[in-house]
Amino acid sequence: MSNGVFDDVQVIPPAEVDDVELYHAHSFITKYVFSQDAKIIAIQYSATAITIGLVGLVLSWLMRLQLGFPDTFSFISPDQYYQFVTMHGMIMVIYLLTALFLGGFGNYLIPLMVGARDMVFPYLNMLSYWIYLLAVLILTASFFVPGGASGAGWTLYPPQAILPGTPGVEWGIILMLVSLVLFIIGFTMGGLNYVVTVLQARTRGMTLMRLPLTVWGIFVATILALLAFPALFVGGVMMLLDRVIGTSFFMPEIIQAGELLGTDSGSPLLFQHLFWFFGHPEVYIVALPAFGIVSDVISTHARKNIFGYRMMVWAIVGIGGLSFIVWAHHMYVSGMNPYFGFFFATTTLIIAVPTALKVYNWVLTLWKGNIHMTIPMLFCVAFILTFLNGGLTGLFLGNVVVAVPLSDTMFVVAHFHMVMGVAPILVIFAAIYHWFPKMSGRMLHEGWGQFHFWVTFLGSYLIYFPMHYLGFVGVPRRYYEIGETSFVPPSAATLNEFITIMVLIVGFAQVVFIINILVSIFKGKESGPNPWNATTLEWQTETTPPSHGNFGDELPVVYRWAYAYSVPGVDADFVPQNMHPDDVKGSGSADDPSGHH
Amino acid sequence: MSIFHELAKKPWLINPAEVEGVPPPAAFFVPVGKVGLRVFLVVVTVVFTLMLIAYGDRMLFSTWRPMPEPWLLWLNTALLITSSLAMQWAKSSAKQGNSDGMRDGLLWGGVLTIAFLAGQLYVWQQLVDLGYYATSGTANAFFYLLTAIHGLHMMGGLVAWGRSVFKMWRGGAVADLRLSVELCTTYWHYLLLVWLVLFAMLLFS
Amino acid sequence: MVLAVALIVLTVGSVIFHFWSPWWWTPIASNWGSIDNALLITFWITGVVYVAVLFFTAYCLYKFRYRADRRADYEPENTKLELWLSGLTALGVVALLTPGLIAWNEFVTVPENAVEMEVLGKQWAWSYRLPGKDGKLGTTKTKLVTDDNPFGINPKDPNGKDDILIEGENLHLPLGQPVKMLLRSTDVLHDFYVPEFRAKMDLVPGMVTYFWITPTRTGTFDVLCAELCGVNHYGMRSNVTVDDKAAYQKWLGKQKTFAALYPKAAAGEQLAAVRKDSKSKQSVQ
Ligand code: HEM
Ligand SMILES: [Cu+2]
Ligand SMILES: [Cu+2]
Repeated sequence: MSNGVFDDVQVIPPAEVDDVELYHAHSFITKYVFSQDAKIIAIQYSATAITIGLVGLVLSWLMRLQLGFPDTFSFISPDQYYQFVTMHGMIMVIYLLTALFLGGFGNYLIPLMVGARDMVFPYLNMLSYWIYLLAVLILTASFFVPGGASGAGWTLYPPQAILPGTPGVEWGIILMLVSLVLFIIGFTMGGLNYVVTVLQARTRGMTLMRLPLTVWGIFVATILALLAFPALFVGGVMMLLDRVIGTSFFMPEIIQAGELLGTDSGSPLLFQHLFWFFGHPEVYIVALPAFGIVSDVISTHARKNIFGYRMMVWAIVGIGGLSFIVWAHHMYVSGMNPYFGFFFATTTLIIAVPTALKVYNWVLTLWKGNIHMTIPMLFCVAFILTFLNGGLTGLFLGNVVVAVPLSDTMFVVAHFHMVMGVAPILVIFAAIYHWFPKMSGRMLHEGWGQFHFWVTFLGSYLIYFPMHYLGFVGVPRRYYEIGETSFVPPSAATLNEFITIMVLIVGFAQVVFIINILVSIFKGKESGPNPWNATTLEWQTETTPPSHGNFGDELPVVYRWAYAYSVPGVDADFVPQNMHPDDVKGSGSADDPSGHH
Repeated sequence: MSIFHELAKKPWLINPAEVEGVPPPAAFFVPVGKVGLRVFLVVVTVVFTLMLIAYGDRMLFSTWRPMPEPWLLWLNTALLITSSLAMQWAKSSAKQGNSDGMRDGLLWGGVLTIAFLAGQLYVWQQLVDLGYYATSGTANAFFYLLTAIHGLHMMGGLVAWGRSVFKMWRGGAVADLRLSVELCTTYWHYLLLVWLVLFAMLLFS
Repeated sequence: MVLAVALIVLTVGSVIFHFWSPWWWTPIASNWGSIDNALLITFWITGVVYVAVLFFTAYCLYKFRYRADRRADYEPENTKLELWLSGLTALGVVALLTPGLIAWNEFVTVPENAVEMEVLGKQWAWSYRLPGKDGKLGTTKTKLVTDDNPFGINPKDPNGKDDILIEGENLHLPLGQPVKMLLRSTDVLHDFYVPEFRAKMDLVPGMVTYFWITPTRTGTFDVLCAELCGVNHYGMRSNVTVDDKAAYQKWLGKQKTFAALYPKAAAGEQLAAVRKDSKSKQSVQ
């Protein structure tokens, strides 16, 4: 792949574009507002995502207050509870995690890590952010329209989502769908950038197998998103038509308030298939970047190469591929043909193998490492625990017959929060503590970081581990209150109170984190260009934070993979990817395979 | 070299001496615009495929009542084919540095596309007059949905087309326009193909 | 170091919590012990993996904590080890999947002697329909649903006249008799959920879904809705009582039929539901 003749059209390998051709901002507005610099766009994406994420967090507190102390908070009505559940779920999954991992980390890290000056389509990249912002604003606006936000659940199952009896049926659901459609359009613009930049704009020597796993994770996640979001797009547009002009794609014959609605060929299950054809890969859209980031952070802070790099790459690609043939494991009790259960249970459990392998390899990277217990490392280990926990409970829910009693109970809520709520969020924290020095030139405060870590980690575990057991008891999810039953023991109420209190404590720790960021931007200890002695290209930039164009006059040339830590015979315990072999000091060579497979 | 070969490499063994003087390892040796367009077309293909699968799924349903296909659709199809041909003409003219040919091809391509879109709207009008509302059955709804989404993609194409025409107006050299004309042409051919598949599906139902 | 201890404490604590916490499934009241067993097997296998991986991680964190005088090992990969680990994991997956799929096969195979009963969900109440003396349920159409014919039973179908309708009251089931629950909704999705039965399934407007159970324990159990169906989803409750055969027959004897409850509708004099959008009156071929 490294040799080839470009075809006759005016082709300049994008990585070699001269600095003159690079987009240049001429005013404050084009530099910081309508910016086409991926690093600025990354910060815009991140700030927007975190802001809307905080709204999602506050909504979760309100829900938990209701669940922990039913009857006490009369200001939370059932209508509102369902609106909170819906908006919380949608915000967290799409507008926070997807946007932050791809739009935020993707934009910041891809060009730096592959050795490019910027994304390949900077103008589209800028549009991508502004459309995302518009989508967020429309979503937020739905709180304030008559009837309020949609309360259809984040899965938006029709016909309920578009019929009276569900809050927000007047405007909320329309705004929600419009916002999602915009999000997808905006994301596609960004996604094209991430994919083509990785494919085409790598610097000299940066072969595919020398890419850091972070880039692999984001790259494959973006491909998944590009292929999966169309399903949500199609489903969303069809539902919008059902709601606004009265088609009946998803509306079978229905009697509501004595009126006959829909037609005899509308199908609610069709929507569910479309939704989950998107929805399952979505889990990996969030997980794969997290996988990649964890791999790099663990390797750096354990001063050891990532164990089984090739297997890690194959697993990312394999998991990505398999994630398109497991979607109906969310539909075991949906009324679809039950024989599908055999197929989807099998495919789902097969995914467990590459996924487990990734966990083993992270732990094996620690084995015989020289582990620095830095804050990023702490968060990574916490991720291993929560991800392992959530992955294992996934085996319950994937194994069709076991899923039957558990589906739609609090067990599911506990499972997906552990695996795609807590685990990726811990990685986001790890990543922020890890890369903040590069983005700002300053370290985050260590002591506050410790506090933030311990409260968040232990607190989240104490919230979600016991919650599984409410599911075993049989408490359904999306319940405003469980009320009187014969099967839920009174002690469950105590557990619910405990969970709510833990939620508030964990929430408080996030305030500390935000203050830490705001203070450290100005007052943090200076970090220097490479505080963790890391090998990847973003740490080797001439200036910190990297200036426009990322790398000074010359693009770096890459000589080796991203994991040259503690190479035998080399003096330093790390060799940057772009260090010329002649400059490596020591008795051996950083790239000499002697004695190793 | 196949992708499998690439992925099987052991990166910690690669000889660093390979690097100097070697061009960057782009995966495809074409301009980024072309790669971007291809990736985009894959995404659009997923959109249309999913809609067609949904359509097919409903078609097998016992209560399916198909729609008539106005003969005008044949005319529209012919218009779209000629617009694609015109774009192809623009593209080969651009390749030969023939700016007149490029201009004519581009203009005809756009005009015929606009005619196609007008024709599609007229078909809608006819169907509505006949009482085939989007609300009165899933077959109808799918017809409007599929044609609308296809039409919207054509309009998106016209925006890109408009940019090329604008650049041409301002006296852009053939060499500078060549890439945009090529990209437009690919997009036109692609949407023609999509339309033929949709049309076949509609006829088939 | 601290983290290693924290991992051990969390792991051990989780195991203790598992065995000593008061929260566990409700005693089963149906034949689906095989589901419980599959769940227990899953628990054991995943539990062992969980503890093993975390203990190993804790050990690594402790043993290989940073020391200025030490250097990390350099080992890009170890194919043999990775293959072994994949193999073992695959084995674990097979061990999970086998009992799971065997039980699922049972779940999807309704026994010949199962009697059919219908659950009808609508926002936000449950009602039930049992076959009458003829042992057959009459056909239904959502279109036919009115206040006078809440189930939408086809008046032209003789099988429907003697169907027993239960509205606003408990469903009773005979002990030891396999039943196929036919599930129908006239508005949105619902899910018929009795925790003690383990099985559950969505009700989907426009189609009839089903599952089957054999009640194995007498008693009265809660019926809940487990699929979000609007703002009163959490309040959509009912009860199901499992009776021994004699008590069941006694209860059944007291129930009323369609013909008795809604004589007009059963005779076919029903008003069709109002069609909202008049455009659809046009006929398409
Ligand atoms: C500490 C932070 C969080 C708390 C306390 C929390 C709490 C909750 C609660 C109480 C519910 C409603 C459960 C129910 O009634 O069924 C819920 C639902 C949900 N949460 Fe979270 N959550 C948190 C973070 C997250 C994150 C980070 C994600 C991202 C994946 C997430 C995704 C969801 C989803 C998808 C739902 C389901 C919404 C639905 O049922 O429609 N949550 N959460
Ligand atoms: Cu899934
Ligand atoms: Cu419900």
